[in-house]
Amino acid sequence: MSRIHITTTVNGEAAEFLTDPRETLLDVLRNQLGLTGSKEGCGTGDCGACSVLLDGVLVSSCLVLGVEVQGKTVETIEGMATDGALHPLQRHFIEHAALQCGFCTPGILVAAKALLAQNDNPTETEIRYWLAGNLCRCTGYDKIVRAVQDAAAEMRGAA
Amino acid sequence: MPKDELKAGFRLVGTRPNRPDGLDKVTGRARYGADIVAANMLHAAVVRSPYAHARIKKIDASRALALEGVKAVVTRADFPTGLTGEDWNLQENTIAGDTALYDGHAVAAVAATSALVAQDAARLIEVEYEVLPHVTDVDAAMAPDAPVIRAGNADHSVPEGMHPNVVRYIDFGHGDIEAGFAAADLVREGTYKTEATHQGYIEPHACLGQLGADGRGEMWVCTQGHWYIRRMCAAVLGIEAANLRVTPSEIGGGFGGKTTIFMEPLALALSRKAGGRPVKLVMSRAEVLRATGPTASASMDVKIGMKKDGTITAGQVNFRMQGGAFFGMSPIAEALPCAFACYDIPNLMHEGYEVLANRPKAAAYRAPGSPMAAFAVESLLDEMCRELSLDPLQVRLKNAAKEGTKSSYGPTYNRIGLVETLEATMAHPNLSAPLGPNQGRGVAAGFWFNHGGETSVSLQIGEDGTVGVSVGTPDIGGSRASIALMVAETLGIEYEAVRVNVVETGSLGVNEPTHGSRATFASGKAAVEAAESAIKQMCARAAAEWGIDPEAVEWVDGAARPAGENAGKFPPLTIGEIGAKMGGTGGPISGHHESVPGGVGASFGVHVVDVEVDPETGKSTVLRYLVVQDAGRAIHPAYVEGQYQGGAAQGIGWALNEEYIYGADGRLQNPMFLDYRIPVASDLPMIDTVIVEVPNPGHPYGVRGVGETGIAPPLAAVANAVAAASGARLRTLPLSPPKVLAAIKAGQ
Ligand code: FES
Ligand code: FES
Repeated sequence: MSRIHITTTVNGEAAEFLTDPRETLLDVLRNQLGLTGSKEGCGTGDCGACSVLLDGVLVSSCLVLGVEVQGKTVETIEGMATDGALHPLQRHFIEHAALQCGFCTPGILVAAKALLAQNDNPTETEIRYWLAGNLCRCTGYDKIVRAVQDAAAEMRGAA
Repeated sequence: MPKDELKAGFRLVGTRPNRPDGLDKVTGRARYGADIVAANMLHAAVVRSPYAHARIKKIDASRALALEGVKAVVTRADFPTGLTGEDWNLQENTIAGDTALYDGHAVAAVAATSALVAQDAARLIEVEYEVLPHVTDVDAAMAPDAPVIRAGNADHSVPEGMHPNVVRYIDFGHGDIEAGFAAADLVREGTYKTEATHQGYIEPHACLGQLGADGRGEMWVCTQGHWYIRRMCAAVLGIEAANLRVTPSEIGGGFGGKTTIFMEPLALALSRKAGGRPVKLVMSRAEVLRATGPTASASMDVKIGMKKDGTITAGQVNFRMQGGAFFGMSPIAEALPCAFACYDIPNLMHEGYEVLANRPKAAAYRAPGSPMAAFAVESLLDEMCRELSLDPLQVRLKNAAKEGTKSSYGPTYNRIGLVETLEATMAHPNLSAPLGPNQGRGVAAGFWFNHGGETSVSLQIGEDGTVGVSVGTPDIGGSRASIALMVAETLGIEYEAVRVNVVETGSLGVNEPTHGSRATFASGKAAVEAAESAIKQMCARAAAEWGIDPEAVEWVDGAARPAGENAGKFPPLTIGEIGAKMGGTGGPISGHHESVPGGVGASFGVHVVDVEVDPETGKSTVLRYLVVQDAGRAIHPAYVEGQYQGGAAQGIGWALNEEYIYGADGRLQNPMFLDYRIPVASDLPMIDTVIVEVPNPGHPYGVRGVGETGIAPPLAAVANAVAAASGARLRTLPLSPPKVLAAIKAGQ
């Protein structure tokens, strides 16, 4: 199948690639752009390990085709720490031991960041429902929810 | 939060520093199984049987091989013959011989220049099947008219006259079971069933394998144990173990399911056939659910005798478990000893059968066998406590095993912490939280043996006094941190000065996987021993420099010092000073330890759950959850809590939602996360934990191992809570809303 040339912006940098129209955005990120931080846990939109922001909107990159990102902006886990400084969510995840195997972590961090962008003071229930599309098999979510709460509090304090 | 003052005089053990691999894991840098590429790499895809049981009459790969970019196809014909026992099992499961034994069984594999071409090619491989009758239910597989999965597989333990699908029989006990029941005031029995569940790690199996015509190869793979991968791949492919170098990736969850091979030899066989080009093979989620894991399904009879005061006089179980179409895969030999392990019961009888069925080859899943056994026994105990109006925790305390108790499975317990765990549970505020209408509280206890296992650790002193530790147990949930804490504590240096590396198979002696809750226990114990041996050498270097006897040197706070007045007056020599000079004082200093560590400490936990059952829909909501467990000693309490919480969440999923659903055609009907529904964040409350610390005398810091016990109690605890909330006593899992609703209606 002939491949299509796409130009896009990933984590603030211009990027281009050739893609088979059957390849997902997740395939392209991982295999063509070398951004393997986004994970494939299911490929069917059920686990959230592949979460990225597309023009600022939280999506499962396994459900987006590579050809769809022409002219758009993509933000992945690799773009979350800025100028070498961890995002408060990343710091609180480490401090709270909110990861065990860490495989779900990139997707959950991206999703949590999207939550805090629209709600800077979410309740526990709001956090749990927002993250309901991100499966974690290791932690039982307790420490994840607490880490998001603490990061939100810190970010509100800093604002 | 547990009380960290329990760390009792330690400087570092019991604290909660950031894990050393945390930064890599929150930035996306950590490299898991599918995150690596090699030059000239090919991609593979696997052809799988769509039938539960079918003879493979013909495989025609000619159309696939004609596709541009396809480099190799392998079938069973590409593997050596003549394997026996578990090696044969592994080979047969890796790729079917003349018969496909379950839906999803691999039949052929193909390597091509891209993943898309490989997938296209897999669809072009034509397999001709003759469909055979199948059976997937454990009880049905024992029935006289059940199709025979493989004749001649039963071992000598099976009583005569049983169906050929029954392949193993185990029985043991003590006391006089009939006299025990005769002495009881109440004797009750019940039959309990659990469906197969999957470990459900979020990372699918993935590997990158390379094998040349000379039989030398390499593999990068997500696994709990890379020496197991090496041994198993070598056996299946007929190559020599030392010629296969296996490097573990970071691992995205395992829970026992990544302690064996599934498709790894296919990547190597394809590589060998494709002229030694590296081959990457990554499973889809559907492949993971259809063809890896899962745990066994179980059908279990339990009978218990109890006096009016709650004393248990006798217990009897008869368990039947299927672990797929392969001998030895069900955890029947673990389930039986777990059944009554929590209690001191004078009269016990256990019997169990392993049965073959047309299902995937079961793998270990967190405390294999224990959750099922606990579901059966702890449910019946709860029913009897209700009938006798006894407090379920008091009854458990009354019968609790303790130091000196002859366990249900034979050995006499040394120091164990079940009594302390029960007492801590009773003291917890969750026990007095008020319950509203349609709400109920359930409790259950659980047990796991824990495990030592082959262990090899090496430790190197750096020129600047920092320390590298090489371990062979992959870090799934913070073990680098806990091992670094123990080594730093022992050496008297900072946590940050220790770097723990999980190294490949060429770097250490054989290590068993991170399984059996052994990583912090066994690798930790070996790392402490290795540190002690390095300390000895550093003391000897100091002694030589000072010209005194090595026995006159002691190691305190990270430095060698003369021991006492008579040894002489010398300023301390720090680890950094000794390291800086070691090139001139005798060469590198390193410590090693190789052993199968004894002193394993048994583990007990008690869970309390409050559930609300919606009487209109039958849906259960978990309101409150408490895990109390004896850790021996919590080296890094946050990761201990994490194990407790994660085990509870998996158990809640097993109790309420998760199950393998097979259609009448024997095909798995829910091979995706949408339909195989594991708990999501909105399904669960915060999970409260209490870490009880009754130190294990068999470990330098008292560690027992904490990974597995937490999944044993939840199945029964949730079922007991649902019964309390709704009056509906369900003896078959999962407690899905329609089932609970029907039971409520039937009871009205
Ligand atoms: S990989 Fe995209 S949602 Fe699971
Ligand atoms: S930390 Fe392992 S899946 Fe979330």
